[in-house]
Amino acid sequence: MSLTLLHKFTLSELQRKFTAGDVTATEIVRAYFLRVTQVEPKVNAYLTQCKEAAFAQAERLDQALKGWRKTTPMMAMPLAVKDNICTEGVRTTCASRMLDRFVPPYDATVVAKLRAQNYLLLGKTNLDEFAMGSSTENSAFGVSRNPWNLQTVPGGSSGGSAVAVAADECVAALGSDTGGSIRQPAAFCGVVGLKPTYGRVSRYGLVAFASSLDQIGPITKDVMDAAILLGAIAGHDPRDSTSANVPVPDYLKALKRKDLKRLKVGVPAEYFADGLDSEVEQAVRTAIDGLRELGADIREIKLPTTDAAVATYYVIATAEASSNLARYDGVKFGLRAAESKDLLDMYLKTRAEGFGPEVKRRIMLGTYVLSAGYYEAYYGKAQAVRTLIRQEFEAAFQTVDLIVTPVTPTTAFKFGEKAQDPLQMYLSDIYTISANLAGLPAIALPCGFSKAGLPIGFQLIGRPFEEETLLRGAHAYEQATHWRTKRPAIR
Amino acid sequence: MAYEVVIGVEVHAQLRTQSKLFCACGTIFGLTANSQTCPVCLGLPGTLPVLNEKAVEMAVRAGLAMNGTIGVRNRFARKNYFYPDLPKGYQISQYEAPICENGWIEIAAGGTRKRVRIRRAHLEEDAGKNLHEGGSGMSLVDLNRAGTPLLEIVTEPDLNSSEEVVAYLKSLRELLMYLDVCDGNMEEGSFRCEPNLSLRPVGQKTFGTKVELKNINSFKFVKDAVDFEIKRQTKVLNEGGKIYQETRLWNHERGETAVMRSKEEAHDYRYFPDPDLVPVEISAERIEQLRQGLPELGSAKQQRFIAEHGVPEYDAGILTSNKALSIYFEACVTLYPHPKTVSNWVMGELLRELNHAGIEADASPVTPERLVELLTLVDQGVISLKVAREIFPDVYASGKAPAQIVQDKGLTQVSDEGALVTLIQEVLAKNPAQVRQFKEGKQQVLGFLVGQVMKASGGKANPGKVNDLLKKALG
Repeated sequence: MSLTLLHKFTLSELQRKFTAGDVTATEIVRAYFLRVTQVEPKVNAYLTQCKEAAFAQAERLDQALKGWRKTTPMMAMPLAVKDNICTEGVRTTCASRMLDRFVPPYDATVVAKLRAQNYLLLGKTNLDEFAMGSSTENSAFGVSRNPWNLQTVPGGSSGGSAVAVAADECVAALGSDTGGSIRQPAAFCGVVGLKPTYGRVSRYGLVAFASSLDQIGPITKDVMDAAILLGAIAGHDPRDSTSANVPVPDYLKALKRKDLKRLKVGVPAEYFADGLDSEVEQAVRTAIDGLRELGADIREIKLPTTDAAVATYYVIATAEASSNLARYDGVKFGLRAAESKDLLDMYLKTRAEGFGPEVKRRIMLGTYVLSAGYYEAYYGKAQAVRTLIRQEFEAAFQTVDLIVTPVTPTTAFKFGEKAQDPLQMYLSDIYTISANLAGLPAIALPCGFSKAGLPIGFQLIGRPFEEETLLRGAHAYEQATHWRTKRPAIR
Repeated sequence: MAYEVVIGVEVHAQLRTQSKLFCACGTIFGLTANSQTCPVCLGLPGTLPVLNEKAVEMAVRAGLAMNGTIGVRNRFARKNYFYPDLPKGYQISQYEAPICENGWIEIAAGGTRKRVRIRRAHLEEDAGKNLHEGGSGMSLVDLNRAGTPLLEIVTEPDLNSSEEVVAYLKSLRELLMYLDVCDGNMEEGSFRCEPNLSLRPVGQKTFGTKVELKNINSFKFVKDAVDFEIKRQTKVLNEGGKIYQETRLWNHERGETAVMRSKEEAHDYRYFPDPDLVPVEISAERIEQLRQGLPELGSAKQQRFIAEHGVPEYDAGILTSNKALSIYFEACVTLYPHPKTVSNWVMGELLRELNHAGIEADASPVTPERLVELLTLVDQGVISLKVAREIFPDVYASGKAPAQIVQDKGLTQVSDEGALVTLIQEVLAKNPAQVRQFKEGKQQVLGFLVGQVMKASGGKANPGKVNDLLKKALG
């Protein structure tokens, strides 16, 4: 097997090769680190590479398999994990100076599940600090670059994971999605990103940004891979009270049907309003036509509260963040500022030095909306609107099985283009935020390219715990089109 | 001017669970610093709380025993503030939907009974402890206690004296101990109280400005602190001064309270529902089931003691004021069916020793069996009641069987007629005047003579026998 080809495989292909014994774990690790060495200087997807540990693990696996070849689905699969997901013994920084040297003494539940199947951790990927951002420009350790055009952002906050998958630096990756942080970078980088239903995947070990919105999910090269990786990480976790005790189906079974007959798909007019780039709109509308050709029953639906989603999100997410990030106080772990004259001084200096500007902005916003006298006007109101948004989706799902929308208003933008204008940056999540507020599963997958050669994606949103329908719709479209065969030319 | 004092009390009772409120760590007091911690109670990034069902159950039982309404849908909230002993930067507590509301318990103080209304009781996690020791200028943090389950119990402002506050606290503490949901240990901080009080001119309807008292870890300090604060506020008001809303710390060495923080420095805790925890629903069936499972509580037991054992109300009150004591009493009565005799001994000799040692009846070195043995020795005439009382401290201190002590000390009652007759002849010879008076018809002198014989015997003579033999000797 030529090592130079290995990195091009999808997860399902690599699984087959490995299970058949056509390729060893060591060959996989060697091939991927060869690729990482080539492209990483250009794209900067990883904050930490686990080269030695991955080789050691691969050798152990190859040794163990010599006698009796019994494999698990994720065995020897080379994955990247977003650096806000805890990995025992491997530093987990959240791309923040605050956690620069933080090494968790425990695995996130998703990581423990993969470890139990003997996966290979290639490294921890870059993100916007504490997952707050839409471009990975908020990382304290430098930006990641979009492999389709190194002058543009990869999106965020799971930018590093999307880049690592798009640039073939891993076979698949885990990201986290609070307001679009899996789907938006997946769309910008031309890969598949799935945000599961809130509660489908355990949050234990995911460093919290906004606890009621956060969800871990896969970023992969195609829809089948997303189904495989979701199956590996989903399920109830007694350590996460918000994880749902709902059985995990065999997601691959959902991919068997190649048509979309009798599937009702809703198109909300509110998602095609002002602010949507015409090239993106064209590509998404063409994708909707594609769904119709596959047999889907396309219907217009209404989600009138959509225009309040961004405002609602930035009240709830920042409120929760202001509390979740209170533990970074310099007392027990992470950064502690040197030379403090008293306790208050230590708090102030530590947090001033440890957090970047966007994190500070959100902590201040969140603190404000929860403070006495403002709570009802902001947090209370936002919760009420959140309920409305959820109810609108429930009503819509009475008549349709899936909802189709754009993922982002534009294709990947240039570095610095929105960094000076937080509001513009926040609006890049306008189409993804609602699924988080309503706790719904949603998938982003490629549906074309702009004239400038940047990927365009579209989004399918489903009913709670009906990831199977999402995957079925996405897979049928993907197989009927050729977008997945296009890869960035980076080498 | 005459003032009326209005007092409310906040109690933090540590629930007797094996593990902490949101993780599997233990709740043992006094271990090596930070040895009882895990990533969850240390607040490490990414960790999540999982509610201890046992703590909820204990809180519901306490709420029911306090005659409260149990919240069907309970939410946990985050109370946000920065402090080194608070690992997450927020405390998980309850805000809008406490587990218990609108309860009451009855207290007896100053000869009257009174209902004290409980406004609410809610579950929350404890913080750790900051240590400023060694003079190194450094502060250390021990998080062993962080995450320990507490039940915060808040009264309405229904108390009007330090005696009532103490009576309330004693009743509440006993109630929680009867339920076995709190060990009641005030020194170790298992039962902490914070009274708040204000003064108002007698007759005025509105409340005065409230001051909260902290750092009180015994009933005596509660009384001292409240009395001090009443005096202080009375003086300030009489001199035309103003009371400020503030928290004051009790300093028991100086016997006074001092300002800890004023209202201006009060935190804005920014309470909001904790998104990491789902609402806890407690079904009506479950509540009923827990209600059925409540043990017999103090007041019910007092009535039963009166009816079943025939002891006076006063005795029954004391015997049931403490769960361990009531169990002790009933254990004795089972073995020795003379309740009033047992009651006298338990309330007298036994309680004196227990109070002196500061321990509960279940830890008494004199077990119910031993006490009954002692009483039986009296009934059998082996020793006199007087001797029994005298040797009780020895039985208590040595832990030996009463019969053994009687034997070791040679205290066996003298009933041998020959020995007693000799003693009687000696006494009669020494007291010719009284003998003459008796013979002249003054029967009362007999008592004096019996006493003299008893004295001569060193208290060991059998008084009944002496009585008989004396009469015979005097013809």
